[in-house]
Amino acid sequence: MTDKSQSTNPEPDLSFDRVDGHVKVTGAATYSAEYPFDHLAHAVLITSTIAKGKITSIETKLAGQAPGVLAVVSHLNNPGIPGYGIAKQPAERAPMGTAFRIFYDGLIYFDGQPVAMVVAETFEQAVHAASLVHIDYEVEVHQTNFEANLPKATIAPSVQKNKNSPFQDYDRGNAEAMTNADVKINATYIIPTQHHQPLEPHAIIAVWEADDRLTVYDKNQGVKSAQGNLAQIFKLPRENVKVISKFIGGAFGSGIRVWPHTIATVLAAKIVKRPVKLVLGRELMFTSVGYRPYTVQKIEIGATKEGKLSAITHEGTGQTSAYEEHLERTILATRAMYACPNVSTRYRLLNLDVNTPTWMRGPGDATGMFALESALDEVAFALQLDPLELRLRNHADSDPERNLQWSAKSLKECYEMGAQKFGWKNRSLQPRSMKLGGMLVGYGMASSLYGFHRHPSKAKAIILANGSVVVQSATMDIGPGTGTAMTRIAAKILGVQAKKIRFDLGDSSLPDAPGQNGSSTIPSVGSAVHVACESLKNKIIALAASMPDGDFSKPDPSEISIKNGVLYASSNAEKGLSYVDILKFHNLPQLEVTEESKSGPERDQFSMYSFGCHFVEVHVSPVTSEVRVKRVVTCADVGKIINYKTARSQSIGGIVGGIGMALMEASVMDHRRGRYLTRDFASYHIPVHADIPQIDVLYIDKPDVHVNPIGSKGLGEIAIVGVAAAVANAVFHATGKRVRELPITVSKLTDDEI
Amino acid sequence: MRPYQYYRPRNLKEAIDIVSSEESARFIAGGTNLVDLMKRGIAIPEKLVDINHLPLKKIEQKAGILRIGALALNSEVAENKIVKAKYPLLVQALNAGASGQIRNMATVGGNLLQRTRCTYFYDTAFACNKRKNDTGCSALGGINNMHAIFGLNEKQNEDSCIAVNPSDLNVALAALDAVILVMGMKGERRIAFKDFHRLPGERPDLDTNLERGELILGVELSMENLSKHSHYLKVRDRAAYAFAIVSAAVALDIDQGTIKAARLALGGVAHKPWRLYEGEKMLVGQPVSDSVFKQVAEISMLDARSFEHNAFKMKLVPNVIVEALKIAAGRP
Ligand SMILES: Cc1cc2nc3c(=O)[nH]c(=O)nc-3n(C[C@H](O)[C@H](O)[C@H](O)COP(=O)(O)OP(=O)(O)OC[C@H]3O[C@@H](n4cnc5c(N)ncnc54)[C@H](O)[C@@H]3O)c2cc1C
Ligand code: SF4
Repeated sequence: MTDKSQSTNPEPDLSFDRVDGHVKVTGAATYSAEYPFDHLAHAVLITSTIAKGKITSIETKLAGQAPGVLAVVSHLNNPGIPGYGIAKQPAERAPMGTAFRIFYDGLIYFDGQPVAMVVAETFEQAVHAASLVHIDYEVEVHQTNFEANLPKATIAPSVQKNKNSPFQDYDRGNAEAMTNADVKINATYIIPTQHHQPLEPHAIIAVWEADDRLTVYDKNQGVKSAQGNLAQIFKLPRENVKVISKFIGGAFGSGIRVWPHTIATVLAAKIVKRPVKLVLGRELMFTSVGYRPYTVQKIEIGATKEGKLSAITHEGTGQTSAYEEHLERTILATRAMYACPNVSTRYRLLNLDVNTPTWMRGPGDATGMFALESALDEVAFALQLDPLELRLRNHADSDPERNLQWSAKSLKECYEMGAQKFGWKNRSLQPRSMKLGGMLVGYGMASSLYGFHRHPSKAKAIILANGSVVVQSATMDIGPGTGTAMTRIAAKILGVQAKKIRFDLGDSSLPDAPGQNGSSTIPSVGSAVHVACESLKNKIIALAASMPDGDFSKPDPSEISIKNGVLYASSNAEKGLSYVDILKFHNLPQLEVTEESKSGPERDQFSMYSFGCHFVEVHVSPVTSEVRVKRVVTCADVGKIINYKTARSQSIGGIVGGIGMALMEASVMDHRRGRYLTRDFASYHIPVHADIPQIDVLYIDKPDVHVNPIGSKGLGEIAIVGVAAAVANAVFHATGKRVRELPITVSKLTDDEI
Repeated sequence: MRPYQYYRPRNLKEAIDIVSSEESARFIAGGTNLVDLMKRGIAIPEKLVDINHLPLKKIEQKAGILRIGALALNSEVAENKIVKAKYPLLVQALNAGASGQIRNMATVGGNLLQRTRCTYFYDTAFACNKRKNDTGCSALGGINNMHAIFGLNEKQNEDSCIAVNPSDLNVALAALDAVILVMGMKGERRIAFKDFHRLPGERPDLDTNLERGELILGVELSMENLSKHSHYLKVRDRAAYAFAIVSAAVALDIDQGTIKAARLALGGVAHKPWRLYEGEKMLVGQPVSDSVFKQVAEISMLDARSFEHNAFKMKLVPNVIVEALKIAAGRP
């Protein structure tokens, strides 16, 4: 494969390979659905075909008699899920804030809701039997149409109750400023529902080791939180629940919660008294694991002739289910992004008869920054000003929302590096003025930001008698290469080759770590690994000091270097002392430490964000209106880069997701039924190789000394934030047509003029 | 998926006998469409008659006629030397379809018979006349951005089904005036391409005029003098691996700047590959010129009509016609 991505900034280090790359590409890695068990039974879900109402009957006789069938589970025969409590008779709709309870009472909250599960000896038998189950419903009128119901949107109840919620109405400065602005734009931006569709669908194997001991092999993003959740739902002591999730074939928020299908599988395993496996089919992925919610945003911006933002109002309304809230950062970035004295934001939720959304890469920010950064482009056009220049003129030198200094911010350098690499200066100001080989050419850019998240994390570091190292933490790897980054941190501190280090993750019995979300893994777990390895190093140096060899008797770590597991004192570079010898001398089978790392008062002293920007070139056919992205340059300031090679992959992945968001992804629903139509990859488009051009990934790569001991901020989410706007802005520059509702498709761009 | 029997017939005759006599028996070739339909509960055959080993794979030229066996793979046809040299239109159309992996499984016969991609057709929770006649068409009042704009003028067609034939190959074969060779209980027959697929009418459940049990043996092509100036243009939101929003296959015979003969077919616009006969007639005897092409596009649209979400095709299609003609004529 040709390498499409390269960086110019200081000699990108591509030397450090993904530690599990080999097992992944050779198929040796074991994913959740692949653990072998004798007597494994297979489950298949049956889902509702109405959006609201209740089940009046479930006919399971034929299914029950079908070959291989072990059980047909539904609310009619559910022996009870302890954490749910007992269903009321007659059934009552759950109060707001109740997570959907599977097989509980026969009420239907959304189309595609799981209503029964068939368990059989083989997968094929389960599928067949499921086709024989007949369900009757009493249909109630449903509401799924966002536009039609928009007037019903409200401030979320939890926000109403919480004065300190960031989602409270926010006003800074003076509302008059808008009226007095020289130039104003006012626009509405829409993003459709977009679904999580990782290559590996969600899968689980549930095994009851004893009546009160459960092990689940589950695709999720947090083994510890899954463990806690399952313990609570099945009323088990936490330590009796073990959750394993070692390899994950992609997830960007879809695995944060324990979803009802996981609970159903655990229940089924209890009923049939055998390990049970469930793999969601692609179709079920559209109603089982959440999605980026349909969101409508209105933005008004006023600016001075000189290109200073004088006022911004940003109103966002997102959809959620009829039973739970789902709050996203949609409008929050607008308060911190630019130096604008007068800013108002409003955030509303609209309850519809759909399943609850969830976090999806850059949750809220990817949505909000699509609107804000598109709007900024509109302001630039209104002012006849270069869009990058507009951003420079409104750069926020400190956090205008919290009135705090940034922990670090190199956004101006990002703009400069990105623009230089991209050749932004070659952009002509007028839309539709650049052409190449019959194509309309457009250059677009957008800024990005993402808040810094760090959670308390523990890591255990061990030196074994043979001198190799094991580092452990109950963190996850949904794809970014967690183990690789952690190995690199450990290798550097402990002076051991990567191949002699094993990093264990994805097992709830390992030391506490947060789930992998909010770009918090490197900042949190990376810090814990750093601290644990430093501490282990000090410990082994102390052991060396107590040995008769005089070179190490003065235990000052800064005077000691370690190479390939051998300590060298600066006083004697010739003679080393190996980990193996130290452990042997002390008669120790191994040496280990467990350390915790968490944030301190710096959180109140600084405002902490990652920043970045994207530059995009598109070509649009004036004949067919097809849009193709030709080039992307992205530059991010995320503090210190731990491993460029895997970081770059993260950035590329975010850009690819952003291109999909801009040009393809949309879950289309038929509101007559409240049912999604696009439930396969033939109709729900995500980019393929042919859609992805050269992507240049640049980093500032300067440690942010205020955030944590390793100076690294998160990268996963910021990679996608702003990309859709950069693409949309490029399409505007190419065509003169502003598409404010994603995705930007041929059908939206086709008109007489183009 | 329901349990089914798998059968490997000894020869063509046995294959045809079984599928002709057993209501729920189906041929299976590459399975890239049929298996998906079975998984969704749309096709529920009780017996699959595997034809893959039958001698229908050859691509051969005899007396100026190219015969492509029904079991020739889409990728084999696109790589074939004769096809590449003489029918570049076919190669372009094939390579514009599906993905490399699917083209390595998909056969010519299966491609001719692939079913519509109307999303309602694929979801048994929605009514669909094509799946079950007389149950209603959900696309009519539903989401119909991918649906037909031609072949609807008789009420009968509109009320029954507004789906489009999704094949790229079919559009090229329509333009190339292919002949389909089939064999049934009554022996062999030849079907002109224009008579192979149908408009929905009273039987939207039927895509073609094949009779039950008839096996496609192959496709025949002639008309080589139209191969010099040809082009297949496919419009799609995704650069690969997407069905056409609209496509056009054009083949022109140009002699010293004058068009001697023309074939013009569209995909993604009708229940069957859509030939533009009026436009073709108009082109004959005309010089290669943009204004002629524009007139062709204009008259071609006269009998088009759109629905709630596919009105954009009314603007897109004429652009596509003109562009495909321009490229085919060598005047991009
Ligand atoms: C994800 C995806 C994307 C695709 N994209 C495109 C695209 O962009 N463009 C495009 O044109 N196509 C596309 N296709 C469709 C693909 O071209 C067809 O699925 C394929 O050509 C069918 O051929 P097959 O041999 O696999 O047919 P099968 O699935 O085996 O059979 C299809 C039907 O034909 C019948 N049949 C097969 N052979 C014969 C015969 N010799 N005689 C009588 N009946 C026969 C079968 O009984 C069955 O009813 C796509 C398919 C998929 C799955
Ligand atoms: S357009 Fe045809 S295939 Fe689609 S729903 Fe209507 S009848 Fe069915």
